[in-house]
Amino acid sequence: MDVVNQLQRQFIDNSASLHREGFLDDQFTQLQKLQDENSPDFVVEVASLFFEDCEKLINNMSRALEQQQGVDFKQVDASVHQLKGSSSSIGAVRVKNICVAFRSFCEAQNREGCLRCLQQVTHEYSLLKNKLQTLFRLEKQILAAGGSIPGVE
Amino acid sequence: MTVERIVSERKDQFPVGMRVLAVDDDPTCLLLLETLLRRCQYHVTTTSQAITALKMLRENKNKFDLVISDVHMPDMDGFKLLELVGLEMDLPVIMLSANGDTKLVMKGITHGACDYLLKPVRIEELKNIWQHVVRRKKFDRKDRNNSDSQDKPHADSGGEAAGIGNADNNVKVNKKRKDQNEDEDEDRDEDGHDNDDPSTQKKPRVVWSVELHRKFVAAVNQLGIDKAVPKRILELMNVEKLTRENVASHLQKFRLYLKRISCVANQQANMVAALGTADSSYLRMGSLNGLGNFHALAGTDQFHNAAFRSFPPSGVLGRLNTPAGLGIRGLPSPGTIPLGHVQNSGHSSNDPSKLQSFIPGNHNANILQGMPMSLELDQLQNNKGVSHIGELPVANSTSVFPVPGSLMDARITGFSNNPILGVTSNSLMLEGSSQQTALHARNLRDGVSAIGFQNGNTLSDFASIDPVSHQLRDSKADLQGQAASINCNAGQIMTRVPQEWNSSIPANGAMIQLDQCLDQNNSIFHRTMDSDSMGPLNFGDPLSIKHSEANNSAMEPSVIGKEGYLMYQSRTQGNHIPDNIGSLEDLASAMMKQDQDNGKPTYGSFGHNSYSHRTCI
Repeated sequence: MDVVNQLQRQFIDNSASLHREGFLDDQFTQLQKLQDENSPDFVVEVASLFFEDCEKLINNMSRALEQQQGVDFKQVDASVHQLKGSSSSIGAVRVKNICVAFRSFCEAQNREGCLRCLQQVTHEYSLLKNKLQTLFRLEKQILAAGGSIPGVE
Repeated sequence: MTVERIVSERKDQFPVGMRVLAVDDDPTCLLLLETLLRRCQYHVTTTSQAITALKMLRENKNKFDLVISDVHMPDMDGFKLLELVGLEMDLPVIMLSANGDTKLVMKGITHGACDYLLKPVRIEELKNIWQHVVRRKKFDRKDRNNSDSQDKPHADSGGEAAGIGNADNNVKVNKKRKDQNEDEDEDRDEDGHDNDDPSTQKKPRVVWSVELHRKFVAAVNQLGIDKAVPKRILELMNVEKLTRENVASHLQKFRLYLKRISCVANQQANMVAALGTADSSYLRMGSLNGLGNFHALAGTDQFHNAAFRSFPPSGVLGRLNTPAGLGIRGLPSPGTIPLGHVQNSGHSSNDPSKLQSFIPGNHNANILQGMPMSLELDQLQNNKGVSHIGELPVANSTSVFPVPGSLMDARITGFSNNPILGVTSNSLMLEGSSQQTALHARNLRDGVSAIGFQNGNTLSDFASIDPVSHQLRDSKADLQGQAASINCNAGQIMTRVPQEWNSSIPANGAMIQLDQCLDQNNSIFHRTMDSDSMGPLNFGDPLSIKHSEANNSAMEPSVIGKEGYLMYQSRTQGNHIPDNIGSLEDLASAMMKQDQDNGKPTYGSFGHNSYSHRTCI
C-alpha cells in the first residue's frame, strides 16, 4: 500500500500542477467526474480523441500556412475554430487561449502571426500531451496496485 | 382513458429517456456531449455528419425529440441543418458552438434555434434542454385544437404530462391532432392533401393544408402584412377549430419566409436589372412571378395589391399561405405556392385566368407557405432562386418545406438556374393565355414581383427558395447564372408591379421561364429530388417528379409530382386550378398537355419566345 500511496501522491501532485500551471481547468475536473463504472476510461478516451484531433488540425493548419501561392485563411480559421472548441471541451486552457489569438491573426490574414501561433499551439499541445500521459500512466498503476484514484482538489 | 394513463406514466419519466440526436464533426466534443447527455439520462444518438443526421431524421421524424447541432460543420452549415429540421420535422433544435458571437447567436435565433449553447457545454445546461421539447409540444397542442382533447397535457404541471417527451404521447397527441386536422380539412373541404400523409399526422400540429394556407394568405393580404394580426386573420379565415395560436405561429413562419424571399428578391432584382432582356426577363420574371406572386399575394401591399387583390385572395393567397409555404409540417399540399394567387386572383388584368393557371399548384402546395421558402430561399439565393417560388416544397422535398407542394416549387427554385425561376413551375401556371407575350412578360414580371415579394423582394426570396439544400447547391451554381437572370427579372417585375398586372400576364411569361427553368432544373431537380429532398416533404404524393426526370416537359412531373404543384396550371387559363391540385401529376399532365397543344411547354402562347419553355423545365 505504500506503493499505492506513493503513486497516489504523485498523481495528486501532477494533477495539481497541471491545474496550477494553467494546462487544465475546471472542465477537465468535470470530465473526471463524468467517469464512472459505466464509462471507466472516459477521460482517457476523450483525451485520446483530443490528441488525434489536435494533431490532425495542426497538420491542416501548417499545410495551409505553408502554401506559397496564397494562404487560405478561411481554412486555417476553420481549423483553429475547431481546435478551440475541442480544447475548451477537454479543459486545455493554454491551447484554447492560443487559439483565440490565432483566430485574430487569421482574420487579419497575418501569416507571420499565424505561424507563430501555430508554433505555440504545437508546443503547448506536446507539453500537455506528455503531462496527461504521465497522469494516465499513474492512474493505471494505482488501479493495478489495487488503489483508487484520488479526487482532484 | 388509456391515453391519459399513458401520459401520466410518461410524465413521470420525462425528461428521462428523451431522445436526442447530437451532431458535431469534432469527435472530442461529440463524445463529451454524448456522455453528458447520457448522464442526464437522455437517450442519445450521435453522428458527425449533418447529412447523416438529416437522413436519420427524415427516415423517422418521430424517433427523436430534440436535436443538438454544432454550428461549424464541414458537410453542411449548422444553420442550414437547423432550418431544414425546423421546417421538415419541426423538432426543437439547439445550436452549439465554441463561438459565442452575438451575431452568430442572433443568426441561430432567426433560423429558428430554440437555444444556443457555448462550448464547453456544461451538464447543468443540458439538464434543462428538455424544456424546449415540452414547450414546443405545448404550443402545438394548443394550436391544434382547442386543446380540449389534449387536456391531459395541459393538466400536468410543467406540461410534462402531455407526454411531450414521449414518443407514445406524441403518437397519441398526433393522432388526436390528426383527427382534428382531418376535421379541419374536411371543413376546408377538398383539400385532400392535407393530412393525407399519416406520418404528418403524427405531429401534433395543425396541418396547414393548401386550402387553409390559401385562406390564410388571403386574409393576410386583405389586412396587409403589416397589419395582419392573428386575431383578425383568424376571423377572416373563419375556419373551425383553428385557434389564434395556430394562426400566430403560422404567421410567424410566414413572415420569416417572406423576409427571406425579399432578400432573395432584392438580389434578383439586381440581377434582373443587369439582364435587361425584355423577353427573357419576362420569362424569367414570369417564373419569378409565380413565386413572387406568392409573396406578393401574401399581402404585398406594394405590388399592386389591387391587382393582386383582384385575385380572389383565397385563391392566390390561399395558396401561398398554404402550409406548404409555411413549411408547415405536414403541409400536405404541395402546391400552395402562392402562385395560386397569381392566377386566381382574377386579376383585373387581362387575363385573370392566366394568373390562375399560374397557381395551379397552389392548391396543394402550400408552396409558398412562405416559410419553407425562406429556408430554401437562402439556398436558392445562390441559385438565384427564382425557383423559390414557392420555395415551395417542390424543390426539395427534403429541403425545406414540408409542404409537399413545395416540392414543386422547390424544384423550381432549385432549378433556378434557369432564369426562369424556380417559379417556372409556378410560372408554368401562369401560362395562361400568354397571348400577350409582351404583356405577359411585363405582367409576369410585375406579377412576379408583386406576388413574390410582398415587399417587392419576393423575388429574392424565391431565389433562395432552393428547397433542396444539398442538391440544389450544386445546381445552384449552374442555376445561379440563370437564376440571376431570373432574379433580375424578378426584380424587374417587381418594380413593374402591379400596373402591369392588368395584363394577363405574366403567367405566360412566367410559364415560359418556367419551362426554361424547368428544363434546366429538371436535371437539377432530379438530382435533388432524388436525394433526400424528396423525403421529408410531406407532399402527399410521392414526387413523381423525381422520376419524371424533369423532362422538361414539364416540370410537371417533377415539380408537380409532389402534390401536384400547381405550377403547372398554366394551361388552364381561365381554369382555376383546383384547389387541390391534388398531385403534381395533375399539374404535370396539365402542363404536358399544354405543351402538346402548343407544341411548346405548357406555357401556352407565351412560349413563342425563344423560351419555349420546355427547356426550362
